[in-house]
Amino acid sequence: MKILVCISKTPDTTAKIAFTDNNTKFAEAGVQWIINPYDEWYALVRAIELKEKDPSIVLHLVTVGGADTEPIIRKALALGGDEAIRVNADSRDSFYVASQIAHVAKEGGYDLVFTGRETIDYNGSSIGGMVAELLDQPYIPLAVKFELNGTTAIINREIEGGEEVCEVPLPVVVSCQKGMAEQRIPNMKGIMGARTKPLKVVEPVAVDTLTSIVGFELPPAKAGVKLVPADNPAELVRLLHEEAKVI
Amino acid sequence: MSVLIFIDQADGHVKKAAYEAMSYGAAVAAQLGTSAEGVVLGPVSDDLAALGKYGVKKIHHVNNPALDHFDAQVFTKVIAQVVESTGAQVVVFSNNVDGKGIAPRLAARLKAGLVPGAVSLPETGNGFVVKKNVFSGKAFANIAVNSPIKIISVNPNSYPVKEGEGTAEVAAFNATVDAPKVKVTATNKVTGEVPLSEAEIVVSGGRGLKGPENWGLVEDLAKALGAATACSRPVADVHWRPHHEHVGQTGLAIAPNLYIAIGISGAIQHLAGVNRSKVIVVINKDPEAPFFKAADYGIVGDAFEVVPKITEAVKKLKGMA
Repeated sequence: MKILVCISKTPDTTAKIAFTDNNTKFAEAGVQWIINPYDEWYALVRAIELKEKDPSIVLHLVTVGGADTEPIIRKALALGGDEAIRVNADSRDSFYVASQIAHVAKEGGYDLVFTGRETIDYNGSSIGGMVAELLDQPYIPLAVKFELNGTTAIINREIEGGEEVCEVPLPVVVSCQKGMAEQRIPNMKGIMGARTKPLKVVEPVAVDTLTSIVGFELPPAKAGVKLVPADNPAELVRLLHEEAKVI
Repeated sequence: MSVLIFIDQADGHVKKAAYEAMSYGAAVAAQLGTSAEGVVLGPVSDDLAALGKYGVKKIHHVNNPALDHFDAQVFTKVIAQVVESTGAQVVVFSNNVDGKGIAPRLAARLKAGLVPGAVSLPETGNGFVVKKNVFSGKAFANIAVNSPIKIISVNPNSYPVKEGEGTAEVAAFNATVDAPKVKVTATNKVTGEVPLSEAEIVVSGGRGLKGPENWGLVEDLAKALGAATACSRPVADVHWRPHHEHVGQTGLAIAPNLYIAIGISGAIQHLAGVNRSKVIVVINKDPEAPFFKAADYGIVGDAFEVVPKITEAVKKLKGMA
């Protein structure tokens, strides 16, 4: 059994969001980079758990990015995984990235591809679905639970107001979110071991891009909070009804 | 040439998010001087002709029992056939649980540029540019779609439902439907409560409530408002509340009209999940709580005293007391 986990580099959750070059580029100066939390906490950790249960599982990680993504992929390898593949290209759009991952997945013949539900920077929720289509495999978005029973996956996915339980024969692509696994912190052995794990660099395949970012905008600043005295909560209800018109 | 809208249904009923997608798609069609058409997959009990009120002129209904359960792979192939047959130029989805499964697949299949999570209508003056949320609600990006077919999935609760007059022509669409590989074995729905992702009002509690035994406070207010309940991450982590109620960076991201946060300090990770709410109310006894900076209205006070009074005032307003 072979599992491929997609890893993306994103700005830290607390990073200041600002733009340069006439609002066309994210201001990267001073930004801390992390593994996209959905990729790390849910997709990768669940895959590691599956491998712990069945050590014959081969677990590979893939990322699309320049050499500057290597610290992130090493950090992911410190948590677990046998080797990583870096497609040496900067992200152009989601179809470009998905096509690179699909190419790696096809070459490797994986039974399972895990992605995070979305990245916390682009919030696309698109890579998993695109990869699945390019591989012509089933896709389960927004999975909250994943179990294997031989060559069948039993997956709970989020639906409006609850969960749906489904069974899918492998191979399958799954986007992972909260519920799949619990966050882990890499230990010293993992960090030391990650240094010598294979990190293969492959060149991208030629793919057209379909979209481009014209520019960024910051939301208009809030007018500021209107405080209501604690001894008159009814006033809050009046304001919500008459001024904000939301109740 | 037309705008095609995926009309998502569950258990035979059109979802709320689909009404928003129809209203959005009809507006895009008007902008492009073309007509809006819809596609419905699987058996439905709702009156599809009545969806004409939301600006849809024609509905292609693929009434095949194999489409009764969601399988993104099968659904995508069917929708692609409808796109081809109608010559649709723009395809509109809701960026909901099903839209997130199908829209990217369809984009890859048709080599069509996708804008996931659109928050406003496209600018078509110079090219085709759609605004979407990025950085978990902390910014917007304007995305140019450069392919002949364009796919937009609209963030729930970011485009209002517009109801007018009209009847849609309902036509059976004969599609080739593959046997689904995904077998749905169970559906676990929380019944009798408003689903959090669809709620217009959400009342949320944090550690300031001190323990699960105090959640009646949140629930009573939610009940009076017809709201869904939610919680912060620490509360879900210590199992005071179920995980599906956790809103924030790593939980559910929501965009209700009104979000009331009780005893939540407002860590940046929490804000990332709720900052698309139209109006935010914060009730916290700590005047320094960072959440007040993101709030529209606030009360600095003890939740245990303040919240029951708010609940009473709401009941009075609604004629419930």
